[in-house]
Amino acid sequence: MPQAQISEAPNQEIGSFADPKNAKANKARTRKQNRPLVFFAGPAVILYIIFFLTPGLNSLRLSVYDWNLFDYVPKEFNGVDNYVRLYEDILFREAVGNNLEFMLWVVIFQGGLSLLLAMMLVKNTKTNVLLRAIYFFPTILSSVSVGLIWSFMFESNLGVINTVLNSAGLPQFTANWLGDENIALYAIVVTQVWFHTGQMMVIYVAGLQQIPAELYESARIDGASAFQIFRKVTWPLIIPTGFVVVAYTTIQSFRAFDLVYTMTGGGPNYSTEILATRIYTLGLLQGRYGYAAAQSVFFMFTIALITILQRRLLKSRT
Amino acid sequence: MLTKIGKYAVHIFVVGIVLIPVSIVFLATFKNDLDILIDPLGLPTSFSLTNYTQLFETSGIGTSILNSVKVTIASVAITLTLASMTSYAIARLTKVTGAMLFSLFVLGLTIPAQVNILPIYILFNDLGLTNSHFGLVLANLVSALPISVFIITAFFRELPKEMIEASEIDGANHIRVFLQIVLPLSTPAIGATSIFLFVIFWNDLLFPLLLLTQKDLHTLPLTLLGFRGEYSTSYGLLFTGVAIASAPLVIMYLFMQRSFVAGLTSGAVKG
Repeated sequence: MPQAQISEAPNQEIGSFADPKNAKANKARTRKQNRPLVFFAGPAVILYIIFFLTPGLNSLRLSVYDWNLFDYVPKEFNGVDNYVRLYEDILFREAVGNNLEFMLWVVIFQGGLSLLLAMMLVKNTKTNVLLRAIYFFPTILSSVSVGLIWSFMFESNLGVINTVLNSAGLPQFTANWLGDENIALYAIVVTQVWFHTGQMMVIYVAGLQQIPAELYESARIDGASAFQIFRKVTWPLIIPTGFVVVAYTTIQSFRAFDLVYTMTGGGPNYSTEILATRIYTLGLLQGRYGYAAAQSVFFMFTIALITILQRRLLKSRT
Repeated sequence: MLTKIGKYAVHIFVVGIVLIPVSIVFLATFKNDLDILIDPLGLPTSFSLTNYTQLFETSGIGTSILNSVKVTIASVAITLTLASMTSYAIARLTKVTGAMLFSLFVLGLTIPAQVNILPIYILFNDLGLTNSHFGLVLANLVSALPISVFIITAFFRELPKEMIEASEIDGANHIRVFLQIVLPLSTPAIGATSIFLFVIFWNDLLFPLLLLTQKDLHTLPLTLLGFRGEYSTSYGLLFTGVAIASAPLVIMYLFMQRSFVAGLTSGAVKG
């Protein structure tokens, strides 16, 4: 796996010399030696705390105030009112539901497709390396470019997909892909899968290449079928990588702001509104700071919760 | 045999799905609008660069390119510098202090930029940092620090301690160890991180959208988004914009696939 685990414990200290006799003297020396390190970490730490962590925590504070655009300072403390309002807000519920549905489909399709492609391309032959490079390609594009390209593919009158369907004699399958509130979210799912499957495939390929070839050898000698080999050898050994992929895909699908904003802007009729676009509209466009902050906090805890659940599952399986 | 045919079929299908939309865009930049709509995948009936010249003359995309180059290069350079210095401190500090510092940055990995947009906007607005490239670079820096520190620290911790200890016995101080030993040994990690940072900063929509309202400050993604409304009737111009905005990364990808894949995979968590 190319990634280090987040919870990884730090290595042994490098700065001190392991000599138990002079432990105390060494400690003092280490401390003195380490003093310049303050200047190494200082600038980044200060900027990071002021401009990133503090605003993050500030969301928590804002979320318990009634504060709108034209109030110079937070108006009044209103406790959990904003959160109660969340519960009653139909648009908010819609956004949460869309977000979860979007996540679910992307995780299923992107996860399955990338594993399938990775299994077909696991050997480092020339053709396979080329195909992997092609499949990975969309990842380097910007969400805005991808959104604009697929808006054209999905365009209702002159878009590529409808044109192809019409000329194939299947006009009954044409649709107003991005303009129909029952379909638009799925059109964005397709776009997201097109966008990031190659990236996940590469992670799977790295995982699959770790599986020792002898295991496949002996399974084949024992006369196992291709499906049995997958079921008994590949699958159990690829599950840890699978969880990494699922974790990444989940986070990416919660961050699909750019794509949704470019393709539909949350419409039609809020059918593609996700939490990020909702927060943007409420907070930045309508200036309802307090209420938008409460949604941000909800957003943050949802992602944290999903991440923790996935980690638990990973631990219980390995 | 049959499985082999099936395999080829799948690959042909997927290659088509990946490359057809990309080819449509590329071909469209040389076509007139009618040709794009009638036959999106056909070769241009009369090859012309009108879309390019018209876009550069009328849309102000030249300014956006300069803005993007400026912001991206500054953001990558500053983020890499500060992140590698911090990672060095984390790797060299004693166990507890280093771990604490490391956790401070890992904490940032759990806060998605989308959650932070509102308070960051309010703070930057109060400080007069909106509508300035300096503000955008600062926002890029702080939001990319956690993942960069995470990747680079993991690499620094793997470096052979003997070399570092030997040079310290020879009297090298931290600055020399950092510049002459640790950094040269870390080119793979630094390279991967710089590519990853370049791609996310170049492609980012969220922070420019948040911080830049003045049109002459816009970066490419924001300009493209504006084209959607402006050139809603001209896919030729719209796609020429997309092609121009994507060109630097596509060209880099053609020459440095391995580093791109490594970089973007290690940063996948950033989305």
